[in-house]
Amino acid sequence: MIKELTCVACPLGCPLVATIENGEVVDVKGNTCKRGAEYAKTECTHPVRSLTTTAKVNGGSSYVVPVKSSVAMPKEKLFEAMKVINSTTIDAPVHIGDVVVSNILGLDVDIIATNEVK
Amino acid sequence: MSNTLNFDLVVVGGGPAGMAAALSARDNGIPEENIIILERAETLGGILEQCIHTGFGLHYFGEELSGPEYAHKFIEQVENTKIAVKTDTMVLNITDDNHVICSNKNDGLIEIKAKAIILAMGCRERPRGALDIAGSRPAGVMSAGAAQKFVNIDGYMPGKEVVILGSGDIGLIMARRMTLEGAKVKVVCEVMPYSGGLQRNIVQCLEDFDIPLRLSCTVIKVHGKERVEGVTIANVDEHMLPIPGTEEYIPCDTVLLSVGLIPENELSNQINLEMDPVTRGPKVNEMRETSHKGVFACGNVLQVHDLVDYVTLESQIAGKGAAQYINGVTAEKFAYCKGINGVRYTVPQKINIEQKEEVKIYFRVANVYKDKRIVVKLNDEVIIDKKKKKLAPGEMENVAIKPEILEKLKADDQIVVSIEEG
Repeated sequence: MIKELTCVACPLGCPLVATIENGEVVDVKGNTCKRGAEYAKTECTHPVRSLTTTAKVNGGSSYVVPVKSSVAMPKEKLFEAMKVINSTTIDAPVHIGDVVVSNILGLDVDIIATNEVK
Repeated sequence: MSNTLNFDLVVVGGGPAGMAAALSARDNGIPEENIIILERAETLGGILEQCIHTGFGLHYFGEELSGPEYAHKFIEQVENTKIAVKTDTMVLNITDDNHVICSNKNDGLIEIKAKAIILAMGCRERPRGALDIAGSRPAGVMSAGAAQKFVNIDGYMPGKEVVILGSGDIGLIMARRMTLEGAKVKVVCEVMPYSGGLQRNIVQCLEDFDIPLRLSCTVIKVHGKERVEGVTIANVDEHMLPIPGTEEYIPCDTVLLSVGLIPENELSNQINLEMDPVTRGPKVNEMRETSHKGVFACGNVLQVHDLVDYVTLESQIAGKGAAQYINGVTAEKFAYCKGINGVRYTVPQKINIEQKEEVKIYFRVANVYKDKRIVVKLNDEVIIDKKKKKLAPGEMENVAIKPEILEKLKADDQIVVSIEEG
């Protein structure tokens, strides 16, 4: 089976063509870097996405702090992860890289702060 | 004026462009205590502070960062220097002899005498008023960037049922953001037959969440008196006029507009800089110097970029150019660049014929093209001819003019970039 994809690994958005045999990606064309081949493989078997959102901050210079998943997580878990993050409040000060939620949903993914809050 | 300061370099704007330009001027020999950055907002960082999604920095830092993380890398560098920063400071005027008039609540009115000025004011979103949409003026119609600030900085949702007009990247990003936060994004309408956003954003912001993208479609009426109650959308013909009979009513409480960005060039116009009608930014040479001696421009005030990485690179050129100018280097004779046959514009618009180092010419195309060639001619001689699988208006392209070509440049030569059959 041939599957056409747009790589989302970076803003270049390379058009990819993946060849799938017996549920395995055996060939990837159109990628301009290693991440593209990797993307095609996971996208055809178990798609993952990075999650970025905000978490509430208690007593800080702003109400919320932007956060991101430390690595990409299974696509179908995004909304569940949002629920956990939206029920979390952290105390100021917050620094870039601080863990806001560790091992979210047992996925081996941390939710980490991406800005400074005084 | 009571408050007069002297600086070698005044940078107007403390976003990614302004910070990179200031640091680059320092790296190219301007003493850091002789550089000042003026920023209108309360903090450095510019629009990146509200762009919490990732995808920034892949080219420049080789890692995928969120907007605030990308900004912070530069904020830290600026804070570790003696580069002066005035936030909450509005530049009101620039004079013909390169004095910058600005004000803030602590200093009052300040006049800064500068040897060189770098304009890095960024851009703003096209507002509803530019679109001629019928209907009253209910609450709930806002630009995608305004919604982005409400959600990501202020921490509240501006609506629950959303229609997005325009498929620019901010609109696509906000479609995903609002969806993740529990809103229902009903449709994204794009008046053009193609999206103005990056393909990856169509995939990960719309397709991932089954949000329909309707091309050649627009909002023709906003309904509701106090608050938006719905919109009427319709397909458009090739002249972008609504096709009767295709109208469709969609109930919603929020309309987000992502219909383009306009460089903020009020200051540029005050000093009568020569402007490019396509980019809506100043015309510049390869060091990003405008038609006014000693005034440079970079980042989104010069041309709207897709990627902040390219803003950084462009701003470093402007910083270097300003440093050279302050140290007495000036350009007098130029070769001129232009785009034809599907190439809408070029930046820079001209190249100093004395330039020895490689010059990248950036441009955008007018349409979606497949299997074409980018051809660059110096006068009538082909100097670059490269195949391109796909070209789209939403993605800025560039060609590099090598030193051996630059060596041949004579005053008033023409460098022409075009799209040819593949």
